[in-house]
Amino acid sequence: MLHRREVVSSLLRDRKDLLVVAGLGSTAWDITAAGDSPLSFPLWGAMGQAAMIGLGLALAQPRRAVLVVTGDGEMLMGLGALATIGVQQPKNLSVVVIDNERYGETGMQATHTAHGVDLPAVAAACRFVHSQTITRGEDVAALRARVHACQGPTFAAVKVAAEKLPLVLPPLDGVLLKERFRKALLG
Amino acid sequence: MQPDWPAEVHQELKKAGVRVVGYVPDAGHKRLIELCHAEGTMRAVPLTTEEEGIGLATGAWLGGEKSVVLMQSSGVGNIVNVLGMMKTCRLPLVLLVTMRGEQGEFNSWQVPMGENTARVLETMGVAVRQAGDAQTVAAHVRAALKLAFEAQGAEAVLIAQRVIGIKSFQEQANAA
Repeated sequence: MLHRREVVSSLLRDRKDLLVVAGLGSTAWDITAAGDSPLSFPLWGAMGQAAMIGLGLALAQPRRAVLVVTGDGEMLMGLGALATIGVQQPKNLSVVVIDNERYGETGMQATHTAHGVDLPAVAAACRFVHSQTITRGEDVAALRARVHACQGPTFAAVKVAAEKLPLVLPPLDGVLLKERFRKALLG
Repeated sequence: MQPDWPAEVHQELKKAGVRVVGYVPDAGHKRLIELCHAEGTMRAVPLTTEEEGIGLATGAWLGGEKSVVLMQSSGVGNIVNVLGMMKTCRLPLVLLVTMRGEQGEFNSWQVPMGENTARVLETMGVAVRQAGDAQTVAAHVRAALKLAFEAQGAEAVLIAQRVIGIKSFQEQANAA
C-alpha cells in the first residue's frame, strides 16, 4: 500500500518551475510536508474548487506545468470541473487525487471511491488525455515525468493507505499565500 | 433606441485586459457570450456550475490574468461558500449577473433567489452595483473592473430583468 506523504514527496521532487495547488485538508498538509514553496497554493477552504483553480492557472500560464494535488472527497465535490477541463484541454494541467477512500479530516468516513466510484474513468470520459489509477510506487515516478511533460490534461488517482499523520500546516493567511505566489511567479 | 449594452460591456472587458471569461449561460448573456467567444484575446470558458467560475477566477489571478464570471441570479446561490475564499485571500472578482425574479418574471420558482441575490452577495462581502437600465450597464461594469483589479475587490453588477426584457417562456425559447 502506498503512503500519501511519500507519494506527494515523489511527485514534488526537484519540482523546477512547477505550479502547485492543493485541496483543503490532508493534501495541503502533504505538499507542505514535502517542502513549503511560494509557488504552492494550499487551500484551507473552497472545497471542490482545487481543480478549477488549477485550470485558471493553467490557462493564464500555458508554458508552465500546473499540478493540482487533492483528495478524493474534495474532487468528488467538484466533479463538474473535470468536464470543464475536458472542454478546455489544457496540455499543462495535471490533476492528481490522493485517494484514501476516506474523508480524513472529519472522522475517516468512507467516500464514494470506497464504494467503487472510479474517478479516472470519469476523467477519461471527460476527455483527459491520460487518466489512470496508480497503486505501485514505480508508477509515481512515471506520473511525475508526465506532469512535467505537459502533454495532458492528465489525471491520476493514487490509491493510498487511510492513515492519520502528524499535521504539517502551511501558512493560514490567505492574502500572504496569494501575494507570495504572484510575486514568485510574476515578479 | 436601446443602447447595445452587450457590445459596450464586451468593449469594457477588452479595454480592461480581461482574458478569461467563465460563464454559465443565461438568455440575457447570450450576445455577450458570443462576443467573448469570438474575441481572439479572450478565452470564454463554459462552466457546469457557477461555483467553478470562482475557482477559475482565483487561478487566473494567481497566474497573472484578469477574468470575469457571467451568470444568472440563480447562480449566485451556488457560489456562497466559495465567496469566502475571495474575502479571505482578498482576491479580485467581477461577477456580471443577469437578474431573474424581478419585474416581469413569469416563473415563480425564480423569485426566491432573485429577491435575495443582492443581499446574499453583500452578506458575503461582494459589493453590488444595480444596473437598472441599458444605458448604465457599461459604466457599472467599468467601475467594477477598476475597483476589482486595482483595489483587489469583489464586485457584482446586477443587470435588471427589465434590461434583459424576457417576460415569457416563449420569448426565452425564441431568444435561443
